[in-house]
Amino acid sequence: MEMTGAQLLVRLLEAQGVDTIAGIPGGAALPLYDALASAGTIRHVLARHEQGAGFIAQGIARASGKAAVCMSSSGPGATNLVTAIADAKLDSIPLVCITGQVPLPMIGTDAFQEVDTYGLSIPVTKHNYLVRDAEALPQVIDDAFRIAQSGRPGPVWVDIPKDVQLQRIRVGALPAPSSLDTPPEVDGEALLRAAQMINSAERPILYLGGGVIASGASHLAVTLAEQAGLPTTMTLMALGAMPIDHPLSVGMLGMHGARYTNYVLQESDLLICVGARFDDRAIGKASEFCPDAKIIHIDIDASEIHKIRFAHVGIQGDVAAVLERLLPHVQVQLRKKWLSRVSGLRAAHPLQMPALDDPRSHYGLVSAVAACLDDDAIITTDVGQHQMWVAQAYPFRRPRQWLTSGGLGTMGFGLPAAIGAALAEPKRKVVCFSGDGSLQMNIQEMATAADEGVDVKIILMNNQSLGLVHQQQDMFYGKRIFAADYKRQTDFVRIAEGFGLAAVDLDRSAHPRALLAEAISSKGPTLIHCSIDVNQKVFPMVPPGAANIEMIGG
Amino acid sequence: MGESTSADLQAQKKAVLELAVRNHPGVMTHVCGLFARRAFNVEGILCMPVGDGGESRIWLLVHDDERLSQMTLQAEKLEDVLSVRRHGADHAVFERLEAFFQ
Repeated sequence: MEMTGAQLLVRLLEAQGVDTIAGIPGGAALPLYDALASAGTIRHVLARHEQGAGFIAQGIARASGKAAVCMSSSGPGATNLVTAIADAKLDSIPLVCITGQVPLPMIGTDAFQEVDTYGLSIPVTKHNYLVRDAEALPQVIDDAFRIAQSGRPGPVWVDIPKDVQLQRIRVGALPAPSSLDTPPEVDGEALLRAAQMINSAERPILYLGGGVIASGASHLAVTLAEQAGLPTTMTLMALGAMPIDHPLSVGMLGMHGARYTNYVLQESDLLICVGARFDDRAIGKASEFCPDAKIIHIDIDASEIHKIRFAHVGIQGDVAAVLERLLPHVQVQLRKKWLSRVSGLRAAHPLQMPALDDPRSHYGLVSAVAACLDDDAIITTDVGQHQMWVAQAYPFRRPRQWLTSGGLGTMGFGLPAAIGAALAEPKRKVVCFSGDGSLQMNIQEMATAADEGVDVKIILMNNQSLGLVHQQQDMFYGKRIFAADYKRQTDFVRIAEGFGLAAVDLDRSAHPRALLAEAISSKGPTLIHCSIDVNQKVFPMVPPGAANIEMIGG
Repeated sequence: MGESTSADLQAQKKAVLELAVRNHPGVMTHVCGLFARRAFNVEGILCMPVGDGGESRIWLLVHDDERLSQMTLQAEKLEDVLSVRRHGADHAVFERLEAFFQ
């Protein structure tokens, strides 16, 4: 049957099981939008800025584990998407990004809204395409979804010129989508050496990264920890892989990890790194991280093994498959001596959370919000002090409960990601912790939240400042606070109401805890505002470039 | 890298990489961009289609330092790179070209 490239694209997206697309139309994408409208099969969520659309798609992908789609027009539409796509690349999130492009004969002429989308997208994607013929679309779209979700996931960008969208072609029956690439064979000999190292170690540590979440291997990682008696630390990306109140959890490591966590790591003689990549925020000065430890590194991406630290045993493979094969070779151990040393360090250097009982303090607010929710809720954050306070204080207990921008550290992530999560998981309560700096980077998506009526609660921790910049200037730049504090107070409650959200202000309430609980339990998008003292810090803190045991505060 | 003098560069050990790639517009940018992005110097580049033109071969003259194996692994991850082979700096491909650069 005959159809246009745009109509074919919609058919291909349907076949991939896509039910929601976030995007913004524009000149070069109008045939795509017309095809979406005629088909009526895919829900389109109209964002207010393309970066918001990219992060809405990320929220869908992070909550569901499946590739999600964002769409925009050419030129500024494409450039506005770049940040959200780069964010997905650094956190290994599967996305398919589709943009319109000027017609093929106009490419290279500096046409209206022309930009080299293909060239721009190379460094921020896993792979990218410029589709020059509608006949290529079935293969390109099939490859795009396969590549985005196979191996180490990532974003794939498909740029489609307007004349290719309008090109009429004859299409037969569409083939079923390809299955994902088979993960590499696990090296059985390396597996046995790893098991032997775990069995003979005296002070081993399990170090979990985002790959454990991506691979759906959380339960296997917890089983390994329990079987071998392994104190377990998680990166920012892995929070939720092991319940934070599990007796073997030693919490998050790194720049804002608890003192005892970094001390425990310092004493370890074996580090079992699973789906993590020795990021500088997690390990501090690389040469001084776990100085006495041998390293086992399990990762789907061969280029991560030995990249930052030499691995005594490196195993390339899907984390779940490797752990499944490793478990039968790992002895049951109680490890009383090491675990009692870990308990001692924990008791001596616990995470300090001052004013935890005050729901209008930084840690207290995080704790009060957690008290209103169960483990089904999804928590997103923006980037900055509030993000670290939530990472430290929120009781994460399941994978995909926690969605945050880790690698790129993008302010503006939280609200659109929360909208995406709520679209993917409409039965779950979604709470976005944000700061006044971050929220203003994608505040326009409040309108999208109101349009869609999503059950998203924004907890705004407002210190009228770029808090983490303020903190670093205070601590490391001679207290010269510059370009960090905002001069004027912004009335966020009125702004939220203007966008059509419900809004409450804990500052003005005689019963903030009750008001918070009521606002969270209500349905629909809501802003919950609370002022936070600008002088509160995220502690402990490892100064940038220092070793993890050189912590300040906490 | 910017700090090295040309004499330093001459003295460093070299290697030749041979990449089999899918031949389409953009594959050169993918390969060269990868090395540039990761601040890894490429001294020489050759690229020509092979066979029926469905594939190309890219030859790269690079420094053989401790990061080369990481760069090789990164190059292997590119979707359009089919294989990467590593040769010594004495491989004939760049030596025979020297006459054109006198």
